[in-house]
Amino acid sequence: MDLKQLYQDIILEHGKSPRNFGKCEKYTHEAKGHNPLCGDKVQIFLNLNKEKKVENLTFEGSGCAISMASTSIMTELVKGKSLEAAKKIVLDFLDMIKNTQEIKSEELDEDQKTKIMSLSGVKQYPMRVKCATLGWHTLSSAMLEKKEEVNTEAFD
Amino acid sequence: MHIDEVKSQFPIFSKKINGKQLVYLDSSNSAQKPTSVIKSLDNFYKNEFSNIGRSIHSLSVNATNKFEETRMSVKKFINASSKDEIIFTKNATEAINLVATTFGQKHIEKGDEILITELEHHSNYIPWHYLRKNKGAVIKFAPINDDGDILIDKFKELITSKTKIIALTHLSNVTGTIVPIKEIIEIAKKKNIPVLVDGCQSAPHLKIDVKDLDCDFYAISCHKIYGPTGVGVLYAKKEWLESLPPYIGGGGMISEVKKDKVTYAPLPEKYEAGTMPTAEVVAFNESIKFMQSIGIENIIKHENELTSYALEKMKKINSVNIVGNPKNKAGVISFTIKGIHPHDISTIVDEEGVAIRAGHHCCQILHERLNLPASARASIGIYNTKEDIDILCKAIENCRKVFDIK
Repeated sequence: MDLKQLYQDIILEHGKSPRNFGKCEKYTHEAKGHNPLCGDKVQIFLNLNKEKKVENLTFEGSGCAISMASTSIMTELVKGKSLEAAKKIVLDFLDMIKNTQEIKSEELDEDQKTKIMSLSGVKQYPMRVKCATLGWHTLSSAMLEKKEEVNTEAFD
Repeated sequence: MHIDEVKSQFPIFSKKINGKQLVYLDSSNSAQKPTSVIKSLDNFYKNEFSNIGRSIHSLSVNATNKFEETRMSVKKFINASSKDEIIFTKNATEAINLVATTFGQKHIEKGDEILITELEHHSNYIPWHYLRKNKGAVIKFAPINDDGDILIDKFKELITSKTKIIALTHLSNVTGTIVPIKEIIEIAKKKNIPVLVDGCQSAPHLKIDVKDLDCDFYAISCHKIYGPTGVGVLYAKKEWLESLPPYIGGGGMISEVKKDKVTYAPLPEKYEAGTMPTAEVVAFNESIKFMQSIGIENIIKHENELTSYALEKMKKINSVNIVGNPKNKAGVISFTIKGIHPHDISTIVDEEGVAIRAGHHCCQILHERLNLPASARASIGIYNTKEDIDILCKAIENCRKVFDIK
């Protein structure tokens, strides 16, 4: 295990100054997520325009560096994408963290793939995977217009 | 007493964690096991295994005797009046559930009040919550101050004519508060209210005398006393165990079974249905012997010295905040570092071989009261040394380095 793999500069930086942080004025979808084991909480605000494009994506919450950075990076990558593309990116990320090494999605350019892969170090720390996936599961819930709060203990 | 000699009895300390010497500071969660306990488990399964209390053959008689020897040891360890007051359970959680369920069945009606505190572990809240849900009981939380001490005057005010039972911890698993349990029991006794004490954290670190405390129920977790998992102890005054209904039904807890009628076994079997964790109970006797070989006074002295040393050293580290500042504190030190989440702290110190816990430690009510989403916790056991604390502090410094915190 290598701490540097987990706490890469980009993660520390996003953890300290998360992007797209705070409730946005206009949003069409929202969802709450909670990791009861560590107390991490996140709320996602998603604004879809008429063309079903992610016009804005912001979040609020508190948690460890991994969960904050992961959610922050997610908002950067998904903003501006179509709803369909956003769904693919989320699935791709979750698949990368839990199963395969590579990002298969054609929705992201090389720079964006590098950014998303900065989170792959978490795979060596099974206890921290839920920190990294909380924001992504919550976005997924917002897109699917689910009513219940996302609870990390309810999925694998 | 030489701690090195004590430590050498624990084989796990010869293992390396992430290539480093193990610094185990998670004993409040569960303590490590000395060789004598491990050997007892091994020996019982290899040479002595049988189920207890059922068969007449020699192995069974021997196993039964050994099982009952542990009961006698526990009786002496906590100074109970009779071995019939010692009930083995799956864990301390089950011990509290046993009381909440059976006491609730017989004595709790709609509107009755159960008084607990803001310090409680979930296992001393959720069992009572069931009575709130199923019977319409009211749960009151005695408040604490920011130091983590129970406000005794407020506690007294919360006792009413409807208070049916008081349940509280002897030692907080977050702030390390040693609760003035005797004083509280005296207050309760004046009003004739029974008291359950959650002794999970206190039993390995304080002198326990249930006769002197005059508590009605005392729950103990054996794996925290350097013993095996799968065993807890409920101490209860005999009159309660005789008058309360049985808990889990099945083999071993009955006297006579007819198609239309069942009578129950005498104490303590009435509350020990089904096959018990036999090998574990037998091995727990070695944990008690281990504690006695050091002596509780020596344990208290060593752990107090270490706690003071740790607190002094940790307080000197910039941006470290110790959770709570109780009047009497045991070796449970929860802390936060400004700008670093406890989970990140735990991962980083683990790299140095330091095992601590991060999260809410099954005390969400307490964390909410202290305005903390989570905390990191270093908890001390008999095998810890000043060197362990030095390594912890160095690892904390490393957290600040990784996160570039001044």
